[in-house]
Amino acid sequence: MKKIILLFCLLGALRGQAQDKGTVLIKGGTVLTVTKGTLENTDVLIKDGKITQIAKGIAAPAGTRVIDASGLFVMPGIIDAHSHIALDAINEGTNAITPEVHVADAINPFEVDIYRALAGGCTISHAMHGSANSIGGQCQTIKHRYGVLDGEQLKMEGAARTIKFALGENPTGHGRRDGVQPQTRMGVEFVIRQAFAEGKEYLEAWDKYNKAKLTKGFRGAPPAYSLRLETIADILKGNIIIHCHSYRADEINMLMNVCRDFGIKRVVFQHTNEGFKVAPELAKFGAMASVFADWWAYKLEVYYSTAYNAAILARNGVVTSINSDSPDLIRHLYHEAGKTQKYGNLSDDEALAMITINAAKQLGIESRVGSLEVGKDGDVAIFNGHPLSIYGIPQITLVDGLVRFDREKDPADMRLLVDPKETIDIPTIHKATTHNHENCMQNMEWLLNVKMFGLNR
Amino acid sequence: MKKILYVLMALLTTTVAAQSPKAKSGLFALTNATLETVTNGTIANGTLIINKGKIEALGSNVAVPAGAQVIDCKGLRIYPGMIDGGTGIGLLEIGQIPQATDQRETGDVIPQMKALTAINPNSVVIPVTRVSGVTTVITRPEGGLLPGQAALVHMHGYTPDQMFAGFEGVVLNFPNTGKRGFFDRRTEDEIKRDSDKALKQLNEVWDKAIQYHRLDSATRGKGVSYYPELQALLPVVRGEKTLMVEANAAKDIQAALKWLAERKIKKVILTGVAEGWRVAGDIAKANVPVVTGPVIAIPTRDYDRYDQAYANAGVLRKAGVKVALRTLQTENVRNLPYHAGYAAAYGMGKEEALKAITIVPAEIFGVANILGSLEVGKNATLFVCDGDPFETKTQVKHVFIEGWQIPMTSRQTELYDEFLQREPGVSKN
Repeated sequence: MKKIILLFCLLGALRGQAQDKGTVLIKGGTVLTVTKGTLENTDVLIKDGKITQIAKGIAAPAGTRVIDASGLFVMPGIIDAHSHIALDAINEGTNAITPEVHVADAINPFEVDIYRALAGGCTISHAMHGSANSIGGQCQTIKHRYGVLDGEQLKMEGAARTIKFALGENPTGHGRRDGVQPQTRMGVEFVIRQAFAEGKEYLEAWDKYNKAKLTKGFRGAPPAYSLRLETIADILKGNIIIHCHSYRADEINMLMNVCRDFGIKRVVFQHTNEGFKVAPELAKFGAMASVFADWWAYKLEVYYSTAYNAAILARNGVVTSINSDSPDLIRHLYHEAGKTQKYGNLSDDEALAMITINAAKQLGIESRVGSLEVGKDGDVAIFNGHPLSIYGIPQITLVDGLVRFDREKDPADMRLLVDPKETIDIPTIHKATTHNHENCMQNMEWLLNVKMFGLNR
Repeated sequence: MKKILYVLMALLTTTVAAQSPKAKSGLFALTNATLETVTNGTIANGTLIINKGKIEALGSNVAVPAGAQVIDCKGLRIYPGMIDGGTGIGLLEIGQIPQATDQRETGDVIPQMKALTAINPNSVVIPVTRVSGVTTVITRPEGGLLPGQAALVHMHGYTPDQMFAGFEGVVLNFPNTGKRGFFDRRTEDEIKRDSDKALKQLNEVWDKAIQYHRLDSATRGKGVSYYPELQALLPVVRGEKTLMVEANAAKDIQAALKWLAERKIKKVILTGVAEGWRVAGDIAKANVPVVTGPVIAIPTRDYDRYDQAYANAGVLRKAGVKVALRTLQTENVRNLPYHAGYAAAYGMGKEEALKAITIVPAEIFGVANILGSLEVGKNATLFVCDGDPFETKTQVKHVFIEGWQIPMTSRQTELYDEFLQREPGVSKN
């Protein structure tokens, strides 16, 4: 208990309430705006959580904290379009479609992963439902306000609604779920079409009822309410962005065809390892892609991948981001973005866009964050070298103008919650000669072959 | 005219594409290069001669021999090939597909299992790895207490024998008191019970191995019946072969060091060593070399500093430990220079980090006479790049493995070439 109190005291300087907004002047840095070029020796003024001025030689308003950024690089806070941190549950997975559930009900503000993401300059992540079923649950865009104790305060107020879909090996289970549709990619298409068709009927029934209700002397009963179909209807109306776990070119093509048939326009493909094979189709549809920098070969559907994926997609006009899907990678997305320069020679701005403005577009928050521009949120990452250089180390991270990470003042132990039953001397050794890519399938261990996790040797 | 040119170009492309490129050997002169020798500093504007698989000459005043194929390396740097101290390359093709993995044989005590036997020289991963300058890797079996023997192999060759780079070591997964991941829900007592049981088993095996050694010595190799497990341990007991001891938790590292001292095991490498920074002094005192990694990893405990894994190698080095790095990867062993870069940035320094993926692993694996640096007489196993190899902007231009000029293509580059501008595009007609 003493330790917990001590921790809170330690965190005093860093924590604040969600509504807390900071005022700060970041002085004399190399400002990487991402959308408006690089500005040498430039100041960024943040007032009450919003960027109010970007210029040379801004005088600090009285009482404003000044961060000396001379010799440092100042970039917009990094945005991760695919993660599962800060969640107590990832998969509902009890049905082929579960759009009625929402990860927002399972937010855990105590996960130290949030702080570690901040330490990698990452200020926003898309906390996603898993990929166990074709239509999963709704996702939540969160701001990494590490230090708040109420999960509600992590939610990015006003962020667009998003939902997880999944294609391929995970939702089909390939024989692991006896007799339940879908078992194949054919079944996945049908399950999604059926859901959309039922949602459309539901929408029409309610529209009809709502119209009829206005007529004088109307006596009919309303259609039965269904949160599941209500959510599907919202997708059809364009109120929810689909974020679809996908790997193979054929399944990506399939979802675009289905969406076209139902007039759905807002689709972001996640992982999208074979997106490069259908880049012209993605560009024509206006679908976006959120990819790994170089992950491949951990399962059959990613065997025919290439690390040039992001560059091919970008060159074909697809809005592309680099995501983490991992509590490790979320700490060094700037390094992952740098790999697009090895694999495809992207420019600095193109590479940085993959972890900032492009990710913001995919989450529908580009008017608020994703670049350093006047009027946008004061989410900033400050590095001691160029963020795309291996030697660039994040120094300070601000969310809404508040310093949430400061490398100089970083105590080792940043836990907010200490389980009194926890054994302190037991480390977790992540040891496998291939990436553990099963973040997407958490809570579904019962369904998976335990061998995959190395429990059985 | 233009049309004819296009047709000719198309024809040329098809001819080239129809045949997979092969490696070439011969006499090469790499001129005007910055030579990063690792062991003897940097030579500006130097020439390096490759002949019969070896570095025949290098320096700033080296004449180009008649008949040499000259590769102008103006503005480029030459480094010795990077060595990864722990991977699954060749044994693991597609992680989730049992038919495509050969890393875990059944049984807890099977030191006679040889990774080299099952390394697939035609793994798609191999070209992907070597075009990034990683030329030589340890491929290790995984599994129980003594899961087999790891092998050092080059990323070129058509049989495992051709790939073999001169080192094999017996892997010991020292009894582990850590958890294996979020899915590991064993209690503290269960963990202790498991590791105690494993330690008991290890001691029993080792007692037998010593007995076997005595019997074998007394009878000069006669009079001992076929016992493959103990036969495989015999050279370790006799100090002729290296024991690669995997230990990661601080407690386990200490327990392993104690056990190794008690058992007086002569040739030892400590691998993993994720929590080495907690007990760096103990490791330095024991004078045991270390292969650590992955560097780019999350800390082992929630209450550890966020960058502890990045910093581990540097802490060990500063304590005086001999440190080599590994990715503990298969498909992304190509990221070895970035693991070294993170180690460099978080305390190890560039020079030591470079050594940790070149000369130090060569020394630890006993192949420093042929690998690990640019020196006359060593194997021409090297790469040419246009900048700091730790930077993601840097492009690797040429790779030589034992004097063979490696084609700079892999399935990943081929897909890039095919799909950057796909034909047909959206419309087929």
